Amino acid sequence: MTAFIERRAARSGGIESPRFSRRTLLRSVAGAGAGLTLGLLLPSRGAEAAADAGEGPADARDGEPFAPNAFVRLAPDGTVTVICKHLEMGQGVYTGLCTLVAEELDAAWSQVRPEPAPADAARYNNLFWGPLQGTGGSTSLANAFEQMRRAGAVARAMLVTAAAQEWGVAPAEIETAEGVLRHPASDRSAPYGAMVERAAGLTVPDPDSVALKAPEQFRLIGKGDLRRPDAEARINGTAIFASDIRRPGMLVARVRRPPRFGAVLKTLDEDAAKSVPGVKAVLVLPRGVAVVAEKSWQADQARAALNITWDDSAALTVGTDAIRKQYRELAEQPGTVVRNDGDAAAALSDPEGRTLEATYEVPYLAHAPMEPPSAVAHLTDAGIEVWTGSQVPTMDVLTIAEAARVKPEAVTLHVTLAGGSFGRRANPAGDCVAEAAGIARGLLDRGIVAPVQLAWTREDDIRGGFYRPMALHRVSGALDPNGRPVAWRQRVVCQSVLKDTPFAPILGAPGIDPMAVEGVKDLPYAVPNVHADLHMPETGVPVLWWRSIGHSHTAFAVESFMDEMAHAAHVDPLVLRLDLLRDHPRALGVLMLVAEQAGWHAPMEGGRGRGLAVHESYGSVVATVAEVTVREQTIRVDRMVCAVDCGLPVNPDIIRAQVEGGTVFGLSATLRSRLTLDETGLVRQSNFHDFEVLRQASTPEIAVHIVPSTDPPSGIGEPAVPPVAPAVANAVFAATGRRLRSLPLRVPS
Amino acid sequence: MARLTINGTVQTLDVPPETSLLNALRDELGLTGTKYGCGLSQCGACTVHVNGDAVRACQTYVRDLGDARVTTIEGVSGPVADAVRAAWLEHDVAQCGYCQPGQIMQAIALLTRQPNPDDAAITAAMNGNLCRCGTYGRIRAAIRSAARMLSLATEGAEP
Ligand code: FES
Ligand code: FES
Repeated sequence: MTAFIERRAARSGGIESPRFSRRTLLRSVAGAGAGLTLGLLLPSRGAEAAADAGEGPADARDGEPFAPNAFVRLAPDGTVTVICKHLEMGQGVYTGLCTLVAEELDAAWSQVRPEPAPADAARYNNLFWGPLQGTGGSTSLANAFEQMRRAGAVARAMLVTAAAQEWGVAPAEIETAEGVLRHPASDRSAPYGAMVERAAGLTVPDPDSVALKAPEQFRLIGKGDLRRPDAEARINGTAIFASDIRRPGMLVARVRRPPRFGAVLKTLDEDAAKSVPGVKAVLVLPRGVAVVAEKSWQADQARAALNITWDDSAALTVGTDAIRKQYRELAEQPGTVVRNDGDAAAALSDPEGRTLEATYEVPYLAHAPMEPPSAVAHLTDAGIEVWTGSQVPTMDVLTIAEAARVKPEAVTLHVTLAGGSFGRRANPAGDCVAEAAGIARGLLDRGIVAPVQLAWTREDDIRGGFYRPMALHRVSGALDPNGRPVAWRQRVVCQSVLKDTPFAPILGAPGIDPMAVEGVKDLPYAVPNVHADLHMPETGVPVLWWRSIGHSHTAFAVESFMDEMAHAAHVDPLVLRLDLLRDHPRALGVLMLVAEQAGWHAPMEGGRGRGLAVHESYGSVVATVAEVTVREQTIRVDRMVCAVDCGLPVNPDIIRAQVEGGTVFGLSATLRSRLTLDETGLVRQSNFHDFEVLRQASTPEIAVHIVPSTDPPSGIGEPAVPPVAPAVANAVFAATGRRLRSLPLRVPS
Repeated sequence: MARLTINGTVQTLDVPPETSLLNALRDELGLTGTKYGCGLSQCGACTVHVNGDAVRACQTYVRDLGDARVTTIEGVSGPVADAVRAAWLEHDVAQCGYCQPGQIMQAIALLTRQPNPDDAAITAAMNGNLCRCGTYGRIRAAIRSAARMLSLATEGAEP
């Protein structure tokens, strides 16, 4: 994970491609049956060192330290299976990974099928994260960009060699396209499937000896018309999510959790629950009580019948109002310094200039993926099998092992499709998977050997904690007598998502969670004096990364305040940004594109307004213009125009979909959602009637424009979210002259 | 014992009468294409057709169904369903896909009743179907496309 952060930090400075291929070895593993499996052997650190020391090819020396890693499988019927190391949760990563392989393989798009990789950190690690398999931080396409292309290129080279041998011609004379090998000189051709057996017997070439295409040779990458290879399953009901897993003899579990965070079980009377027909067991878990039954409705009934009292002595018994008060008090005190350029304090007290100050607040938010957390676990004496949509399988394997009291080697984790996630299924506390594994352990201890499914209800999800943290930003700025911004001071109050997790070691200087200040610490505007500090209060509310993490609130504060500075200076907010971002060509590119596409300077009639925001995250930059109509207390967002620079657009339509979806996700947080606790610590919301998200009726037209680029691809799953809230708030100001500084936006009466 | 007509087949289920249709479909019949999202008629993920009407299976109970014809995403067919599916593929609507069976069942019911809905009718029909991935714009575009396909097909069929 350290590597993950370093890599992200490196990326934010400039674009780079993961370099792994130099010492990568590929070899073919003829699998059972007549298929060709390409195993990509990634040397471990030790092997890299050995290779550096000139000890020869790593696998020739010793196969042990290397786990074979298959990304491509070709069947005699021509099917190309791409084994996808990243979780498909709607972001289109299967399409992306398949595109990269199919591009270099010269496969026909219709013959490509995605398949989820199992949990295996050695073979399926995220190359930005070190030895960790995981999907997050919008890293998937970027880390796999070269890896997947090489996997495809090597497969193609082997098919060419096979055909050359079969036909007795030189490999260089063979052409490939659309899954067909051709020798024009002799007018021979064969589909890939026909060469699979012969290719499987060949020695795998050194991947570095296999040329990758130049961008102008791409036929799939960058083309807008590729349909998701798994689209049909998603519209005919056959796509299988974790909650759809059905195993023979499978039992169903429900868990009653304490209503207050940090509470523990005091007394349990299980008699009524146990008398519900079909109930097999009542199990006490570290956080709650599980009932296990044959049928879901029996489990629901039994859960309701549990007679429980909770011990609240260590529980959080205050509400979000009190936490907000604590935040506001902290905002009066200096925090841990995150950045200090020049002398912001001096510039802010210059009597010649003008200063302004504003406070921005955002609430806790649940992720609320449409599929609530869900897992199936089956523990036997041989080990445990688990099915779940896991964003970080390496972490979940350890969670499962601990909860089921087995060795990590005894865990088999099947990664299923996920019905959305947005960070929820990347929980270091592993709440749902830990519960499922713990229940499986409890069953086995009682002599019940059966798979068990734990499917959370929506109420479990909304009240289950692990929210986007509440945050407060106090920002001060100074303008010199000419109206130029000369100082920017920002105090962030935000709970840490990293603290108390296994990733705590990557916390920066004491008291600095990089994820609380991303977007502030790296404030891109050319302001000579910048000071930023941070408070990370403990609140007792469990928090977690939520689509775009810290950027989800830092951009709201930064981009709103930039708008306030522009208005104070009587400068057009676009013009001020163009000026202060003059050293950031990609930001300028998206700003210019969005301004042109949105018609930034076109006048708007009364009650309507246009707002702008730009933000860089995960190596990509997105600029968004919002157009709103405000009538009395109602904000209607009419149109969102977005421009994105995410490097080489591998799948333009997926990029558009992610920007559309990220914009809708951002609009939910801007206009609707908030998670609050009452003054006794109970979560007030429970389901979509009170934890509101955007619906069809409030969804504006969303236009997405992609900046052409040949830089390596950067993130796309998250970067559209941060600019949404400030763009809308700025538009509300333009429409009404009222500055709204708290999310969700509410126009006071 | 309950008798239900699901996708044209009469099924006998050993479930209590107060069982929701959603649980009966997913847990007894293995028809997992119909999804759970809220259990409170708030999200539309569980939308199926009962006698051709879009209903929320989470709030429909086995005891109330009688002889009604229940159709799920696995069994829905006909020209409207074909047009809707084709339009969904054309616009590559689905992201995670979890809400999509419900969206599609809702859209089929809409276009069956109202082959050429205006924007307000689309909004009214689709507003109960949540999509956290944010595919609303493509859903709207796909419904318009499906309506066009259907009107072309009808015109073509006329003598
Ligand atoms: S599950 Fe039935 S409407 Fe949400
Ligand atoms: S496509 Fe994921 S919830 Fe709609």
